Amino acid sequence: MTPLLFNVILDDLALMIIATGALVGVAGALPGMFLVLRGSAMLTDAISHSILLGIFAAWWLTGNLGGPLQLLGAALAGLAAVALIEIVARSQRVRMDAAIGLVFPAFFALGVLLISLFARDVHLDEDAVLLGEIGFIWLDMVTLAGLELPRALVTIGALALVNAAFVALFYKELKLSVFDRALAGALGFLPGMLFYVLLALTSVTAVAAFDAVGVILFIAFVIVPPATALLLTDRLALAIVLACLLGVAAAISGYLLADIWNLTIGGMMASMTGAFFALALLAGPRHGLVARQLARLRRRRDNDCLSLLAHLRNHEGTAGAAEENTAAALEADLRWGGERRHRVILTALDRGLITRKGETLRLTRRGRAEIDALLPGRMPPRRG
Amino acid sequence: MTVLAWLSDYTLQTVMMGAVLLGVVSGVLGSFAVLRRQSLMGDVLSHAALPGICLGFLVAGGRELGGMLAGAFAAAGLAALCVLLIARQTRLKTDAALGIVLSVFFAVGVVLLSYVQSRAGAGQAGLTSFLFGQAAAILRSDLWLMGAVTALALAVVLAFWKEFKLTSFDPGYAVVAGYPVLALEIALTVMIALAIVLGLQMVGVVLMTAMVIAPAAAARQWVRRLEAMVLLAALFGVVAGLTGAVISAQARGLATGPLIVLVATGIVAVSLLLAPGRGVLWSWAARLQEARRLRTRQVLLTLHRLAEGHGDPAYPSEQGMVDAYHGAATRRALSRLAARGLVRDVGHHPETAPHWELTDAGHAEARRLEAGANDIPGAESAAPEVTGGKP
Repeated sequence: MTPLLFNVILDDLALMIIATGALVGVAGALPGMFLVLRGSAMLTDAISHSILLGIFAAWWLTGNLGGPLQLLGAALAGLAAVALIEIVARSQRVRMDAAIGLVFPAFFALGVLLISLFARDVHLDEDAVLLGEIGFIWLDMVTLAGLELPRALVTIGALALVNAAFVALFYKELKLSVFDRALAGALGFLPGMLFYVLLALTSVTAVAAFDAVGVILFIAFVIVPPATALLLTDRLALAIVLACLLGVAAAISGYLLADIWNLTIGGMMASMTGAFFALALLAGPRHGLVARQLARLRRRRDNDCLSLLAHLRNHEGTAGAAEENTAAALEADLRWGGERRHRVILTALDRGLITRKGETLRLTRRGRAEIDALLPGRMPPRRG
Repeated sequence: MTVLAWLSDYTLQTVMMGAVLLGVVSGVLGSFAVLRRQSLMGDVLSHAALPGICLGFLVAGGRELGGMLAGAFAAAGLAALCVLLIARQTRLKTDAALGIVLSVFFAVGVVLLSYVQSRAGAGQAGLTSFLFGQAAAILRSDLWLMGAVTALALAVVLAFWKEFKLTSFDPGYAVVAGYPVLALEIALTVMIALAIVLGLQMVGVVLMTAMVIAPAAAARQWVRRLEAMVLLAALFGVVAGLTGAVISAQARGLATGPLIVLVATGIVAVSLLLAPGRGVLWSWAARLQEARRLRTRQVLLTLHRLAEGHGDPAYPSEQGMVDAYHGAATRRALSRLAARGLVRDVGHHPETAPHWELTDAGHAEARRLEAGANDIPGAESAAPEVTGGKP
């Protein structure tokens, strides 16, 4: 084999792995967005752990691992877990969070135990369950329309299409159910039913993604990109597109970094969703921590400016104006220390709200108009 | 092998002692987690401990329990901080914050794990055992560390019992009363992280969730006082730990962690169904009994009003008609009333269908019920209004 040919095949393989990861991101982010908005993100955790039992059961009953029937059968376990969680929580003996934490570890423990007992020889070993084997997807190829593609890629691609179709068809209903459940119910949109369909799709997607990224890393692809998108925009449609793009970006960057540092690919892709989230959390344009802190500082400075204007307006034209409307008086009257006082006066000067003559501060016409607009009728008419 | 010889097996003894320690500490601290609606925090912290374990391994340069537990503890603490930061400082809900921290920390842990495994070196096999737990890998020396941490956690809980109790049940009042609630909540979260870290080796990061929640949730069903709940949760934790450890030792190939979790889940299921007072089965039975009593009263009142409406205390009401009033079969209610001597079965020539009339005791009872009828919801609506023109 010539080096060139080898490179082409290698690139082809890299492309397939990246495409699979990107499709997991897209297929996960679509239902994930609505789960995050609804406050049910942790149900993803329950579903993805519980499908392990379903995967075992489907294999045990049919003797086969990857097929449409197995896919749906295994997904039933995820739905069963959600239904059981609801039943336990509705009995009002334990709260919702405890119900989640009681049900899925039991499903998972049973799955692990049964696999270790009966499925030792199948590729259902414990590491694969948790971590997936996205680097080995080429071991299981199918031929589709003359192209030889990894089975995982085809399955997850089909799921991405189904999820996209569902979200596109029921966009209005989903949106209303998430933001105003009561109204959606009153209009006959069956929000409860929609939610179960959403969970069913999540469950099937989890089974389809299981080969590639394992049960726990899948959670990252479902929850993190939508949460990141929600920090970046206020429009739902845009947020969905953004979440899908973030999933794709995580798959590409994750693959490249894993390749450079020779680390696990699936884990690196999931880690990259976290890196993007951290970036949005810190540097997001309006909801990021830095932007929020800056906005808070700006608001405080604006308020300080207005306080200064009000103080000057109060004493303007009175006998004590010469004494009160000085920088020194601000310390006693507004309890502003030197540094803060200095900054406020400079800001007000910069904005053309006051002028300074010696020690005395005077309102400009603009400054007076601004404070009068804010406190109409509260100020004594200006004398002289 | 006799039971005695089998119990004196060195490895099994170690595992059992570890299971007892784990059961006690997770039961006690889990009680507070469940009461404070932080059940899923345990889930997050146990997943989030993975990168810490790997870092501890890298720093300590080998599979040394102390280093890895310290790393796990640090990672869990950082994860708890991240959850607080995201939930408080952004518009994302708490559950999204939990999910993000859980999955991202775990992903980073998986990456670190692959790094550790890619480096040539012995002992990395011991690392993957943290995923599902490997009780047999516990050493006697590890027990001392587990015991010390358990003792420390219990001492802190005892010392600040009153404060923890108040913070768990009424944080608002605790703030007003001047307790350092934030510090107390942090202390509880930190100790839950400690409990989780202790359990990692035994049941693994994925299943430790259940050890925090299950014993406490089960104990809550049986008792109403925090003292009793904490003790019972510890007991359930110990029972689950010991049973799981023993079964796993007996049957080769069965992992300890999943077994412990399944036993704990079994205890929860029994508690939810059967605990006196709160058990689901008891409340079903009570509801059934109440429904039956209500139906009996309604039938009695129906007969009474029919008799009054016809001005004949011995008016024989046809059973089919009473059925029609109630929209359901009333034969059993009538037999119950007959057994109490309140109604009797009478013939009504020339019909053959069963007819019933009230005895004197039945009329007295019906009048007594009517006097207090307002106390019985539904009694009025179901009993027919008998006026001149009707039957």
